[in-house]
Amino acid sequence: MKKNYLFTRRQIILTGLSGIGGLLLPGCSKKLPPTYGNILRMGDVLTYVVHRTLLPGQSMAREYQHSDISSFPATGTTNPADETSKYYSEAWGKFHHGEFANWGLSIEGLVARPGSYSLATLQSFPNRTQITRHTCEEGWTAIAEWTGVPLGYVLQQAGIQPNARFVNCYAYDDYMESIDMLDAFHPQTILAYGMNGRNLPVQHGAPVRLRVEKQIGYKSVKYLKRIVVTDEFVDVGDTGWSWYNGI
Amino acid sequence: MSSPNNQSTATTPHKRWVKGSHWIITLSFLALAFTGFEMIMVHPRFYWGEVGNDLTPALFELPVSRNYKHGGWENSSPFFAQQGSPITASRTYDIFNQNGWGRSLHFLAGWFLVVTGLVYLLAGLFTGHFRRNLWPGSKEFTLQNFRLDLASHLRMQIPPAANGPHYGLLQKSTYLAVIFFLLPLITLTGMTMSPAITAAYPFLLKIFFGAQSARTIHFFASIALEGFLIVHVLMVIKSGFKQQILSMTWGK
Repeated sequence: MKKNYLFTRRQIILTGLSGIGGLLLPGCSKKLPPTYGNILRMGDVLTYVVHRTLLPGQSMAREYQHSDISSFPATGTTNPADETSKYYSEAWGKFHHGEFANWGLSIEGLVARPGSYSLATLQSFPNRTQITRHTCEEGWTAIAEWTGVPLGYVLQQAGIQPNARFVNCYAYDDYMESIDMLDAFHPQTILAYGMNGRNLPVQHGAPVRLRVEKQIGYKSVKYLKRIVVTDEFVDVGDTGWSWYNGI
Repeated sequence: MSSPNNQSTATTPHKRWVKGSHWIITLSFLALAFTGFEMIMVHPRFYWGEVGNDLTPALFELPVSRNYKHGGWENSSPFFAQQGSPITASRTYDIFNQNGWGRSLHFLAGWFLVVTGLVYLLAGLFTGHFRRNLWPGSKEFTLQNFRLDLASHLRMQIPPAANGPHYGLLQKSTYLAVIFFLLPLITLTGMTMSPAITAAYPFLLKIFFGAQSARTIHFFASIALEGFLIVHVLMVIKSGFKQQILSMTWGK
């Protein structure tokens, strides 16, 4: 006897697949990081697209009380002036010696007014202080108070162009991370020059580091040197680590 | 048979969607358990609350890698002038860290688990699978039956394979606990470790008492699920391995 199903299995599967496709489409029409044919990177991009599609973009990371501030390990590069280190930077050492009076953050790429921003200039901009939780990919967390200028404000000062897609942050220890426009203009994404009420300590990225509060710790680049705004994804090859790390 | 199985004489085999989701979830779970252990090796300390790191006290530590109590810290200095101030210190120790592929594989397997799990939940609800095969009837669900079933399991008197969803009371209760408690719990505590997800859904941090508590609960839920896996496989072996595998694959 032929059964009269309301929906056939094929219809259900096709409807489901096209539904998922429709859901992913707005994410896919934007530029995505490369996957290098690597299934792990495909999974990372899936996570990125789903987060950008389903999560409210401007939601704020939780902020804490002053009494919640905790001990905070310094990992990765902890002193770029260390000559024995693979990531030794003579230039940074000189800036450090001069208490960063001659240090400047270069902002380049798709901006109308490229140029260098001194520490004093950055400190003269409207600032934001936030007590947030740092989540390290290793599994630990720590809470600190960060003071700095919102990255979005600085990018607007520099006259960021409408075709901008990525903000690439280069550091004195040869580290580089890029973020998309949603993270770059998030109110809690700041160029931090203060930590726990003092100048940013050397171990934590003096004189200025990035804070990206809705991603894992390694996106928050320390020892900033220059920021380059691009419309293309700057491909440094498969590092073995996920580019997007909101998870 | 002391087991209170009310097996019908006409055995219905496992549905294809049950078989398919069973094996996808099995493979996802194995990948998640493996990479989860790798991540514990990177930071084998567990905490309660929002915060936990090498400079704060641990709830417990597991001796599972060279990172266990490595002690490689220097230039320790307090943030504030007062006594007992939180501190910072620089790490000098080259830790074991394979989280690059470990995390990405964990989340990829997580996607397979979550998507398959959702399809399974919807199908189980709408086909009546849960109601018919997993939910114990009020006559079946008695303390007496529970005690009898438990006793026969402890004596290793396991009924032979039924070639389909014909489960005893203890078996139904265990499956329900895994499907509706442990797997949702491990998924939600996993999400509570994500800074993007907790920014969107801050209640997750409330219900699990913080990001580090979520990590600790996630760990214990994984131990419970691994315990389930071991007992499940043991029961499959005791009730007729070959037949059970056939009935969950291409057998009728």
